[in-house]
Amino acid sequence: MIRISELAIGQGDFRLEDVNLSLPDQCYAILMGPTGCGKTTLIEAICGLRPICNGSIYLGNHNVTNQAAFDRNVGYVPQDSVLFPTMRIDHQIEFALVVRKMAKNDRRQRVAELADLLGIGNILKRFPQGLSGGERQRVALARALAFRPQLLCLDEPLSALDASTKSQISSLLKRVHAQEKVTVLHITHNPTEAVELGTIVFRMVDQKIVQTSS
Amino acid sequence: MSGLGGLYLVLIILLVVVDFQYASWSDIRESLSDERVVFSIYLSLITCSLAAILSIWVAVPTGYVLARLGRDAIQRHLGQKPWLNRLAQFLRHLVDTILDIPIVLPPLVVGISLLVLFQTPVGRSIDHATQSFFSWAGFPGIRGITYEIPAIILAQFTVAAAFAIRTMRNTFEQIDDRPELVALTLGARRFRVFHSVALPQAWPGTVAAFTLAWARSLGEFGPILIFAGTARMKTEVLSTTVYLNFQFGNLRGAVVASLILISVAVVVLVATRLLLLSGQKGGLR
Repeated sequence: MIRISELAIGQGDFRLEDVNLSLPDQCYAILMGPTGCGKTTLIEAICGLRPICNGSIYLGNHNVTNQAAFDRNVGYVPQDSVLFPTMRIDHQIEFALVVRKMAKNDRRQRVAELADLLGIGNILKRFPQGLSGGERQRVALARALAFRPQLLCLDEPLSALDASTKSQISSLLKRVHAQEKVTVLHITHNPTEAVELGTIVFRMVDQKIVQTSS
Repeated sequence: MSGLGGLYLVLIILLVVVDFQYASWSDIRESLSDERVVFSIYLSLITCSLAAILSIWVAVPTGYVLARLGRDAIQRHLGQKPWLNRLAQFLRHLVDTILDIPIVLPPLVVGISLLVLFQTPVGRSIDHATQSFFSWAGFPGIRGITYEIPAIILAQFTVAAAFAIRTMRNTFEQIDDRPELVALTLGARRFRVFHSVALPQAWPGTVAAFTLAWARSLGEFGPILIFAGTARMKTEVLSTTVYLNFQFGNLRGAVVASLILISVAVVVLVATRLLLLSGQKGGLR
């Protein structure tokens, strides 16, 4: 269970107050809301990239509210993938495993497993320059999944893709969720994505979160 | 506008051409066979390289920290505490301004300030420690810093590092910091993020900062004159060779030394440009 209680985040003149959210284990949660309502700010706070003013974040039984981003075990896929520009794709995917000092063979095995799942085996030796939007999203997903995070945060992962790629990545997300058994928090403002992917759907209204379906 | 730029280009070309016309090839050959000139060329190359390496060593982390402590980052780290935000921003501007001082100071003032610094008790003890170190390292001829070769390197470094820091700060400011934030979520500590994600992207800027520091050190004269002196075959670098020749009425010798200085600078600038181009072709950006 992921629990966020009475969270308050301030950024310049913008403030999110009293945010409460509970995600059952292994659910695929969708968080919807209009542009500028604070969805990305909330996801960055969950990942440990923004300081919070008040409240708490629990991953399972662990209170991670004051933990640094590198200690949280939360995977993050930003809106436009944000790959490391000077790093080869296979090195990007194993990056989280290298910093965790995992043995080389185990790393290779995990990279191969993810490349197979996400269909990116043919681009592992390439650099990010020249990859298509769909390929970049697959790589970003593999990179965030490599260390088996407790929670995977996806910030509008389909918004910059064309219709056919969107449908491919959408099916892929379903498959990844089923196979990796990870809790997912997916931000979108597209109702179709919410219906297709979400097992539980939340909506941000007036800077509060309400559950709309499950 | 382009006409003014063209006039400036003509001015630079004319400066070099008249120097070449003033001195003949036989003058240059003769100078290059003079052991004093050869010594000053070698000493210039060694001191400039060491000063540039030291400058980069300081400039890369300093430039990174200054670039990443912009208004957004301070807000990101300190959250909603206005007074703390304002204090952090004030301190950042203060440090930034202090680091710019060597750029705006007249070179002679840098030299005099260094000389005075090494007359203080702290400076003297550093001088003694340096002498002991060089004696232990097998260079008993180097007796401390002031009026010795280390003074040349320190004088060059003091000014060159400020330019290198500015270049590195601008380089890191132009690099998107979001990949670094993603790397943090992947479990990387700050140093790992800097080393594995930010630094490889800053490669062209680092080369540019090194070249600038090197070129700046090569042309440095004022602080060296005051702090290291102009002892022939001891602390004489190319810029002081020009000065000494001119001072003793040997204008031809001064022009020849200037031409050597120009040639060395052009070779380094062209080599750096080629290195940057080959890096870009190889996929580095």
